[in-house]
Amino acid sequence: MEYQQLKFFEKNNRIPGGCGVAGIVNVKGNLFSGENIITSICTMNERGNGLGAGYAGYGIYPEFKDNWCFHIMYDDIRAKEIVEDFLEDGFDIVNEEPIPVHRVKTLQYIPLLYRYFIDIKRDKNSQELYDQQEYILSTIMKINKNFDGAYVFSSGKNMGIFKGVGEPEEIGDFYRISDYKGYIWTAHNRFPTNTVGWWGGAHPFGILDWSVVHNGEISSYGINRRYLENAGYYCTLFTDTEVITYLFDLLYRRHQLDFNIIGNILSSPFWEMIDREEKEKMEFLKALRIIYAPALLNGPFAIIVANSDTVIGLNDRIKLRPLVSAERGDFVYLASEESAIRCVCKLPENVWMPEAGEPVVVQIKRV
Amino acid sequence: MKPKRIIIKEEYCIGCRLCEVYCITQHSPSRNIIKTYKGKGPKPVSGIYFEEKGSTSFAIQCRHCDEAPCVENCLTGAMYKDKKTGMVLHNKKRCIGCWMCVMVCPVGVIKIDYKEKKIVSKCDLCIDSEFPACVEHCPNEAIELVNEEGKKIEK
Amino acid sequence: MAKAKNITEFIIERDERRCIKCQACVRVCASDVHSYDDESQELLSDNSRCVGCHFCEDICPTGALTIKRNPSATKDNAHWTRDYIYRIVKQSTTGGILLTGMGNDKQYKNYFEHMVLNAAQVTNPSIDPLREPMELRTFIGRRPDRIRYEKIKENKYILKESISNLLHLEIPVMFSAMSFGSISLNACKSLAKAAFLSGTYWNTGEGGMHRNLYPYAERAIVQIASGRFGVNTEYLERAAAVEIKIGQGAKPGIGGHLPGEKVSEEISLTRMIPEGTDAISPAPHHDIYSIEDLRQLIFAIKEVTSYKKPVGVKIAAVHNVAPIASGIVRAGADFVTIDGIRGGTGAAPLVIRDNVGIPIELAVAVVDQRLRDEGIRNQASIIAAGGFKTSADIVKAIALGADVVYIGSAALIALGCHLCQKCYTGKCNWGIATQDSYLTKRLNPDIGAERLCNLLKAWALEIKEMLGGMGINAIESLRGNREQLRGIDLTETELKLLGIKYAGEAW
Ligand code: SF4
Ligand code: SF4
Ligand code: SF4
Ligand code: SF4
Repeated sequence: MEYQQLKFFEKNNRIPGGCGVAGIVNVKGNLFSGENIITSICTMNERGNGLGAGYAGYGIYPEFKDNWCFHIMYDDIRAKEIVEDFLEDGFDIVNEEPIPVHRVKTLQYIPLLYRYFIDIKRDKNSQELYDQQEYILSTIMKINKNFDGAYVFSSGKNMGIFKGVGEPEEIGDFYRISDYKGYIWTAHNRFPTNTVGWWGGAHPFGILDWSVVHNGEISSYGINRRYLENAGYYCTLFTDTEVITYLFDLLYRRHQLDFNIIGNILSSPFWEMIDREEKEKMEFLKALRIIYAPALLNGPFAIIVANSDTVIGLNDRIKLRPLVSAERGDFVYLASEESAIRCVCKLPENVWMPEAGEPVVVQIKRV
Repeated sequence: MKPKRIIIKEEYCIGCRLCEVYCITQHSPSRNIIKTYKGKGPKPVSGIYFEEKGSTSFAIQCRHCDEAPCVENCLTGAMYKDKKTGMVLHNKKRCIGCWMCVMVCPVGVIKIDYKEKKIVSKCDLCIDSEFPACVEHCPNEAIELVNEEGKKIEK
Repeated sequence: MAKAKNITEFIIERDERRCIKCQACVRVCASDVHSYDDESQELLSDNSRCVGCHFCEDICPTGALTIKRNPSATKDNAHWTRDYIYRIVKQSTTGGILLTGMGNDKQYKNYFEHMVLNAAQVTNPSIDPLREPMELRTFIGRRPDRIRYEKIKENKYILKESISNLLHLEIPVMFSAMSFGSISLNACKSLAKAAFLSGTYWNTGEGGMHRNLYPYAERAIVQIASGRFGVNTEYLERAAAVEIKIGQGAKPGIGGHLPGEKVSEEISLTRMIPEGTDAISPAPHHDIYSIEDLRQLIFAIKEVTSYKKPVGVKIAAVHNVAPIASGIVRAGADFVTIDGIRGGTGAAPLVIRDNVGIPIELAVAVVDQRLRDEGIRNQASIIAAGGFKTSADIVKAIALGADVVYIGSAALIALGCHLCQKCYTGKCNWGIATQDSYLTKRLNPDIGAERLCNLLKAWALEIKEMLGGMGINAIESLRGNREQLRGIDLTETELKLLGIKYAGEAW
């Protein structure tokens, strides 16, 4: 297939697949190099097939920490010009540069990769933070939906997503991940069930400062997506990861729910268990299930979701995909396999398998 | 000892009289419905009395009374109360056909078998099989078998 | 007039080698088909009277009876079929509207049979319902768009907005509205008891609630129709929910008429009308000529019931169903019942039943989409009705967006109905659509309830199997999840309306 065809296919089809996920967090918010996350994810190359990998790092742009940072991939220079014109309308562009890369011979279909550190123009800036985020969100939705040759794949502050079609080593090397320092790193190793050409299809997926890496296939996708569409989230990619990301944004940012509640919504306890709780808790859990029924993620998954302050690991309600966590000192590790943790942390103090539907919530407590 | 009894729910009796058909079949030598009715041999008399007026109907059989007048009045002891089960049973060999039992039965459910002259016919709760044939085949559960405490027994 | 002869639809075949002349058939047939001739000692039958209810066939202890369709044929004619010819014969005799019972029997496209379900393979494991929990619990009523709560301390929350006034079902299937009057009290009792035992709801229909059904009232949805029969405060308070009936799939736009001779003492007491008077439900509610009038009625009922019970509205699926449903939700209804063209009835004009309305599949799809587009889907549940005949139909309707499905005909079939469509004659041999004491006693409600419970249990098991196959373990993840459906033999327009992809298309 030609690149454009591959891209069209990737964008317009839900492609199931298996995957590996990994995450390393420093709970004090201290920065560390991206080297370990590469080692960690590459340990699980069995879980990928070289058709997609990616990383998300938080705290990597300290010099522009108050600017929104867009990572955009373009098919060609024309698309870049159109999008830049559009951006200049609503934003002050503080800095604009190609994303620094190493040449890796084996990689194909490499798009033009640019990053922009931007501010919302003053007249628009006067609004509340809440509205700022809504504004950024709608901007991303517009670009991704309306400008065919362009795709915003990272859009938070002081964080960035780097992804592409290739082995995790190649992608890590290409984006020079070990040159960055962050306090949260997550990574993804993909095993899609199609031929892949378009880099936008790789993971992590992100909007605002959310990033999600995900292993699984959501059987409830159809209704999750319709639910989000009614809330104004336009799903451009038809991926489960996209849906999960939007759900987190909707529930955490818009509905202001904490992560334990979100865990109870996305991976809800069974009625049998709810019925056994004491009255108050039972009423609460029941209300959650009733109100957020269309947000229940049904089907196998293990996800690592991050924003600037938190990392959450979550399994589906009957734990059909693996997820292991471990701790040592200020570090918390999450991965599909224990090996991916042990290779970067020989002697963890504590290793455990999160229960089905029990979120592992790691809060960053900066000192 | 109180026996099992068949109780009547006349509000559900649809008047089909299948209970009789199956009672007869059950007490025939072949126990095959078509053979019983169309075959050469004599057809037993059913142990059921069927009554009908307007839209009300019901089937009634021997109540297996605790103090059974038919037993008390039987001259030969052909009609007797079985000690173990409490059922009122009839021993054809001893029956001389005086029909005292027929006269004294308060519910009138002992029938005369004219073909065999002296013998009477009454419900024996199908002791020869596991379950009363009439109850089993009633299409609307208008008759039910209950145990000593009045609880329904399912086949 | 010689041409006025009754048409003979069925032929009775009696196998003389099997018939034992027990005369059970003679005693049970309410159409007086069979008779016993003492003189010749033979059983006779008058085929022309047979309605094809198969009751005698069922009762005959030797299986001697077979009821066959009359093979007598008119000359092949694709246009003038035998059915249409005899309709004209009948009408030119009587000069009246042809009446019928049960649902539309015409060959309209059945979309359920043009949709197939998904199953998980490799990339997603299917779930074995025998080993893993599989949840069908469903709620009906208005729900807020988000949770409102207070955090007391870590992991301890209390609700600020309670959502307790919802109906709670253990299976997404309910028994649809069938009034005492259109069906017998024993039939009502069977439905009520089964709903009670199975954790679902039954619907009184528009005929009020007979006092013997009060024990099952907490599982009852009571109806308010244009005749307002049996409606008073206690009636509303006793119920679990209230349904305002605007229309019905079998006869959209048509009222109802229970002739005076059927208004017995019990019916008169239940409907609160004098014995022997005709019970007439006008075509429209004469206090609802527009949506704002409906709103008034909805809120009047809510006031009476202290906002404690869901109040819904039932309409027939018609061309404009989506905007109408949206209007109903905006008027304050907590659920909308949509009854499709195959919905049943006790009596309806044949032309109306067979020609008015649209299939429920399309109606559910467009209503669900409309409510979502308008952002009000959470404000009301969608109850689909009209000809659901297997658990697969139910699964498909839920995937299209229905919350719950009402079954009527299927429930009656469980009670014995053989769809002879003669409900309007009041001579139902199965004791369902009749008030004749000779016939009503044929339906023993204990047996009826048990059979209905069995049906629901069996369907629940099948629904769980289908869900498990899709890799889903809670029914809410199927609801509106049209990705699990694919169309076969459907046009672009049909696919668009149903919101589904064609079979063979991947995610
Ligand atoms: S079989 Fe049952 S319903 Fe029929 S007559 Fe006997 S008791 Fe009545
Ligand atoms: S129990 Fe047996 S013997 Fe007695 S009436 Fe019934 S069928 Fe006849
Ligand atoms: S019920 Fe059957 S066996 Fe009895 S008379 Fe009728 S046809 Fe014959
Ligand atoms: S009307 Fe029903 S009971 Fe009567 S002969 Fe026909 S099928 Fe049998």
